[in-house]
Amino acid sequence: MTFIPKPQIDLPGQHENDLGLSLRDYEGSLSTLCAGCGHDSITAALVQALWEMSIRPEMLIKMSGIGCSSKTPAYFVHGAHGFNSVHGRMPSVATGASAANRDLICIGISGDGDSLSIGFGQFGHVIRRNVNMLYLIENNGVYGLTKGQFSASADAGSTAKNGTVNQMQNINTVATAISMGVSFVGRAFSGDREQLVPLLKAAIAHPGCAVLDIISPCVTFNNHEGSTKSYAYTREHKKQATETDLVPPRAEIKASYYAGDTHPVRLHDGSTILLKKADPDYDPTRRNNALAYLERHRRRGQIVTGLLFIDQNVPDMHIQSRTVATPLKDLDYRDLNPGSAALEALQRGMK
Amino acid sequence: MKRTDTSNPDYFHKVVDCQWGCPAHTDVPEYIRLIAQGRFDDAYMVNRESNVFPGILGRVCDRPCEPACRRGRMDEKPVAICRLKRVAADHRGDITDRLPIAPDRKNGKRVALIGAGPASLTVCNDLMPLGYECTVFEAQAVAGGLMRYNIPSFRLPPKVLDEEIGYILDMGVDIRFNHRVASMRDLLEQGFDAIFVGSGAPRGKELKLPGRYDAENIHIGIDWLESVAFGHVDAIGERVLVIGVGNTAMDCCRTSLRLGAKSVKVMARKPREFFKASAWELEDAEEERVEIVVNHSPRAFVVENGKLKGMMFDLMEYVVENGRILDQEVTGEEFIACDDVVLAIGQENAFPWIERDIGIEFGPWEEPVVDKATYESTRSGVFFGGDAAFGPLNIIWAVEHGHQAAISIDLHCRGESLRDRLPVQLQMDSRKMGMHEWSYSNSFDPIARRKMMHVALEKRFENLHTEVELGFDAEQTAQEVERCLNCDIQTVFTDSLCIECDACLDICPVQCLTITANGSRDNMVARLKAPVLEPDQPFFVSGELKQTARVMVKDENFCIHCGLCAERCPTAAWDMQKSLLSFPQAAGYGGASTSSEPPCQQRKAG
Repeated sequence: MTFIPKPQIDLPGQHENDLGLSLRDYEGSLSTLCAGCGHDSITAALVQALWEMSIRPEMLIKMSGIGCSSKTPAYFVHGAHGFNSVHGRMPSVATGASAANRDLICIGISGDGDSLSIGFGQFGHVIRRNVNMLYLIENNGVYGLTKGQFSASADAGSTAKNGTVNQMQNINTVATAISMGVSFVGRAFSGDREQLVPLLKAAIAHPGCAVLDIISPCVTFNNHEGSTKSYAYTREHKKQATETDLVPPRAEIKASYYAGDTHPVRLHDGSTILLKKADPDYDPTRRNNALAYLERHRRRGQIVTGLLFIDQNVPDMHIQSRTVATPLKDLDYRDLNPGSAALEALQRGMK
Repeated sequence: MKRTDTSNPDYFHKVVDCQWGCPAHTDVPEYIRLIAQGRFDDAYMVNRESNVFPGILGRVCDRPCEPACRRGRMDEKPVAICRLKRVAADHRGDITDRLPIAPDRKNGKRVALIGAGPASLTVCNDLMPLGYECTVFEAQAVAGGLMRYNIPSFRLPPKVLDEEIGYILDMGVDIRFNHRVASMRDLLEQGFDAIFVGSGAPRGKELKLPGRYDAENIHIGIDWLESVAFGHVDAIGERVLVIGVGNTAMDCCRTSLRLGAKSVKVMARKPREFFKASAWELEDAEEERVEIVVNHSPRAFVVENGKLKGMMFDLMEYVVENGRILDQEVTGEEFIACDDVVLAIGQENAFPWIERDIGIEFGPWEEPVVDKATYESTRSGVFFGGDAAFGPLNIIWAVEHGHQAAISIDLHCRGESLRDRLPVQLQMDSRKMGMHEWSYSNSFDPIARRKMMHVALEKRFENLHTEVELGFDAEQTAQEVERCLNCDIQTVFTDSLCIECDACLDICPVQCLTITANGSRDNMVARLKAPVLEPDQPFFVSGELKQTARVMVKDENFCIHCGLCAERCPTAAWDMQKSLLSFPQAAGYGGASTSSEPPCQQRKAG
């Protein structure tokens, strides 16, 4: 197989963001995933969101584990930092990176296998610790790299490409995250870019662990009839509970945003997430209401999408641990390493 | 918007900007690919099918294809299409066995053609293989018309002319040299079944200013070039003023330099942006140190004792806005001394030899009334083409007129309606070879346009006939062919196959694809991923997509035909297909039998 690289062409009429960078500057290397993979679409949405937010590439860390999903950090923002960790262990590496340099913007990309099977424990604890990151699950319901076995997110009753019916119950990522005490969780679909991009922006701006469960059809192993994670099935059963928009700091919030049932959530950095309820009986700020709503629609066979739960008051890891406000790399050496006398004094205090 | 009808040949034809821009619709990308494969004979034949004179046009074509070339929109300069045409012509082997052959048994129809220029020669090229007997009346002793005596030999060597004109005359054309037709009435009485007037626009425009006829050293450009070409003139004064800035003016000043002029000035009335000359001809003249003087409007010839001393000019100033002159003002005057003046301010056709009472009507400016589709005059059986038809155009237009007139003459001679013309035919063929493999070079090569090498300045003035342009070498050719974007390998979309995964949208390097809700054109344009910069470019709208009822929209303007949309498509909803357009020629009408296959049927698509 030979690919031609995506040609670099400077066209007239191209836009630049506040940093003077074009959309192409936020791309990465050419994807080696299957043609038509939902993951590539999510990557493109990330490129769009990061470009629109004018995020400095060198301030971004892209973390992942193992799986098709975990290849995707290579495909966006080639100027960013990245770490491809052990299977299911992305959250701990991300936690460490975030602890050392709290100024970095952390995007962890995982899949249903990486997060709901081998990494299920890590998934729970990174939520509890509320590490300031975007935790993105590219959810396709199958193990694509090992040729299409059911994953833990496959719905009971759905069929594999060879006809086998899945007997096991699935793990509902969103409900699980809410019950773990997540501060921000949403669900989206790779095939709906208009919903996904603003949701990604809100999740990146959110100061805590923002989990996004993104249905991302596997064109090779899970896009057939009988699949509940195909392009066609997801489009047919998708129910949008909320519409999201992110208004950057200092930008004027237009009156038109408040039309209907719109709920502004002001973030610490001054930006505002505007939440418009597409469904009036839904309240994304109350856990029991959110969980009941999810369960009600699951029984009807509907896939609820949008920002599904948000709580601004959950303290993040740095507040919980009362860490220093400066990234460790910027601390003076004497502050970072106060010497053996200081250590002894600390230990005496603990006796 | 309605679903775009891509079965209409015009849609994909328009995407191939060069082919759309070429009056004769030469399949440019096809022959560039053949050159890339080293198949020069095949490339030459693809050219010859539509433009008949690849070697000639590869040097002196007006190149309407190049400003149209898509490459020019993303790079500074278009593909050097014309130069590549010359490569095919220069490096071809013996192709004589692939030329059309006239049958021994004629069909009994006789056609008279007036003037042996490109238009008449094209008519002969198309009609001789059908068994017609063509008689060409040429006033000069050689064939070629303006190609022969208005284009200097240092741009177009006689050998090239002889070869390509020979291919046509050798089919058995009855050519009467030194035979100037003096009366159309007499010709009509000679019993020809059809008459084609291809006598060009041989009359140079006059500049009737004080002193015009008081001295000898004032020349009409095209007449003077003709005298040089036939060896009647071999010298000119040291200081020459050329009036006018068209391509003929450039030929006049460059010829002057070769006949002994030391200082040549081209005098322009308007600023540079209003020049008629092609950019490359201006460039070549300036390289030879011709001085171009703008904003000088000729007022009078200054003659003393019957001897030309120079010219008096008004100094002009213009108010220009958006490429238009809003106001002008004379701000002074200037005398410029010179020994000779050459007038190159245009030319026109003239028909003093056509009687006005024989049914051939003329318009208010003494131009013949000619049908734009059939090329027939108001008298049945008399056709016009080339510069004789609608005034001065260029060689490639003359060739196209010739093709169309040949069809009309054939229909006329068989008693069929001239309006019953065959449609353009479109054939689409996939270029997919396998995984990530296409039968064309689909990668984008960012290399800049290759520069033509020229004979050194001091060398080229030694001999009037030294051809200035050397042609591309092998390396330049290999690089230039890769600049072609293969616009004829079309992106073809099947809406029923699309699963709306967005893969094509994301991989497109120029963001020319969008999936969006249908609406009015203005409304949709506002929602596209990239701004619409060329509203005249084709705009594709698919039918409703299965899953969301949205539509696929493509703005063809910047598409580089890299095939990545088709490569990333999981369902083959996008495919890359060659659009092979067939433009009917007289041979396709099946009127007369031919002893050889017409060239269009010998063609192998590469």
